[in-house]
Amino acid sequence: MAIASSTRAPFDRVTLLAAPAVLILCALFLYPFVYGLWLSFAPAAGGALANYHKFFADPFLYGTIATTLWLALPVTILNLVLAVPVAMRVRLMHSQRLLTTILVLPITLGVVLIAQGLLTYLGPQGWFNRALMTLGLVSHPVRLVHDYWGVFLSLFITGFPFTFLLTLSHVSGIDPALEQAAATLGANARQRFFRVILPLLAPGLAIAFCLSFVQAFSVFPSAILLGAPAGPTRVISIAAYQAAFEDFDYSMASAIAMIMGGVQLAIIAAVLGLRGLAYRGPAGGGKG
Amino acid sequence: MRQGRTLSSRLWAAAIWLLVGVFVLNLLAVIATVIVSSLATRWLGTWLPAGWTAQWYASAWSEFQLADVLTTTFEVAFLVVLISGLVGAPAAYALARREFPGKRLVMLLLLTPLLAPPITYGIPLATVLYSAGFAGKLSGVVMANLVPSVPFVVLVLIPFVEQIDPKIEQAARVFGAGTSRLFWHILTPLLAPGVLAALLLVLVRTLAMFELTFLTSGPDSQTLVVALYYAVFAAGVRPEQSINAMAVIFMLTSMVWLFIALRFVNPTQIVARARKTAA
Repeated sequence: MAIASSTRAPFDRVTLLAAPAVLILCALFLYPFVYGLWLSFAPAAGGALANYHKFFADPFLYGTIATTLWLALPVTILNLVLAVPVAMRVRLMHSQRLLTTILVLPITLGVVLIAQGLLTYLGPQGWFNRALMTLGLVSHPVRLVHDYWGVFLSLFITGFPFTFLLTLSHVSGIDPALEQAAATLGANARQRFFRVILPLLAPGLAIAFCLSFVQAFSVFPSAILLGAPAGPTRVISIAAYQAAFEDFDYSMASAIAMIMGGVQLAIIAAVLGLRGLAYRGPAGGGKG
Repeated sequence: MRQGRTLSSRLWAAAIWLLVGVFVLNLLAVIATVIVSSLATRWLGTWLPAGWTAQWYASAWSEFQLADVLTTTFEVAFLVVLISGLVGAPAAYALARREFPGKRLVMLLLLTPLLAPPITYGIPLATVLYSAGFAGKLSGVVMANLVPSVPFVVLVLIPFVEQIDPKIEQAARVFGAGTSRLFWHILTPLLAPGVLAALLLVLVRTLAMFELTFLTSGPDSQTLVVALYYAVFAAGVRPEQSINAMAVIFMLTSMVWLFIALRFVNPTQIVARARKTAA
């Protein structure tokens, strides 16, 4: 900022314009979170850690972590692996608007609508199974709904556009001149991608991975509607929801929500830690 | 970048377009399934329904009390848009124009609700709102939806404010404009497109926000997406076409706003905004 006089004044009335937003977030986000943390250590019966003991002693509860990871990690990795080559290709297009508009649809329509559509579409009489049978790929309908794969596909159909649009915005930020320079120096397409583009893209991909993972890990409505919420897709959000609104044990529910946040944070920290090993620097060309 | 014209690079390009094509085809087919089913008289074991009818819209409208649900939905969405605009736009201006101690903490406070999944903070929030007597009512649903909306407006608007040269404001001051003239004649016209875009996106996001509304709403404060969830959850009680008719109504209410919003923003901004500030 060039105007030092106006930006360096410590507390003036303009700064106070931020106060209502800060107050609302303290009241509705920070306070409930701290209260939830405290509540999780204040169970109805037992010591401070009773909720956490109960969670990690009961396979029906601690098993939900593995169930959720078993859905969220493969979907996130698949989304990312597919999003990178597609984004590399789409960035060369002159008009990306139609494709990006179609892809933004599942994000704005939301998981509930997609789940409802998939229930019919993937069902035994749905178009998907019909098409597979017409093509002769299967002889009788594949069971997809009320199973792991229904939830997997719903996470893929809402998650892939999200990951793709994030990746596209990162890929578009890489100066094409860098790739041209590599081509001039004789690098082929594969070398250009792995030696030039991928190192520049790594930090962005780490962020895209984290944001997509958080979305997939908090899977809730589609796990109930499309999955088998008592068995293979009993994810951790379902356990938290049941504790709060079926057992009315808010203390336990808060503990599960905290464990859920903790697992996410651990995965994100691990990914961002890996990112620290990668190249850090400008992705623009020229005199950077 | 010019790709090589070898056979393998052509095959690779074809494979990628095939992937995109299959994805888009399946996505459109999922949406088409909902629309076709909502218009079907009977649809069992065939590619297309036996006949077409619009009667399910009338029955869904009365069965699910959609008039009430839509009223609630737009009350919630309107209040969330109004409050987050009134609170978010001034905050964005302050954060874009001023440096102050603790600014990084404020940015962190704004960023966390956008990055944290709604279920993680929604359950403690619902607990607090229930004990304070707000949950189950319209006010509780609005409060819960403010948590992601206020930061969203602030973070979308900060770059908009930053691109307005402070010299314009100073020039207006030099020519004797008071604070209210400065606000109405300089800032409002310059910021209007950004505010409009941010608020339309908040509207679209609030219409689709399932988790927070689901955790905090009662029977009289359900928005359309939560009502749709309950209808799908209790499927079997009602004809499938009726639920799909409701889904189409939901789709139309959010798509109208999405297409209006897309006139002002690039689709990648809808997902990429949080990242730009985080990076």
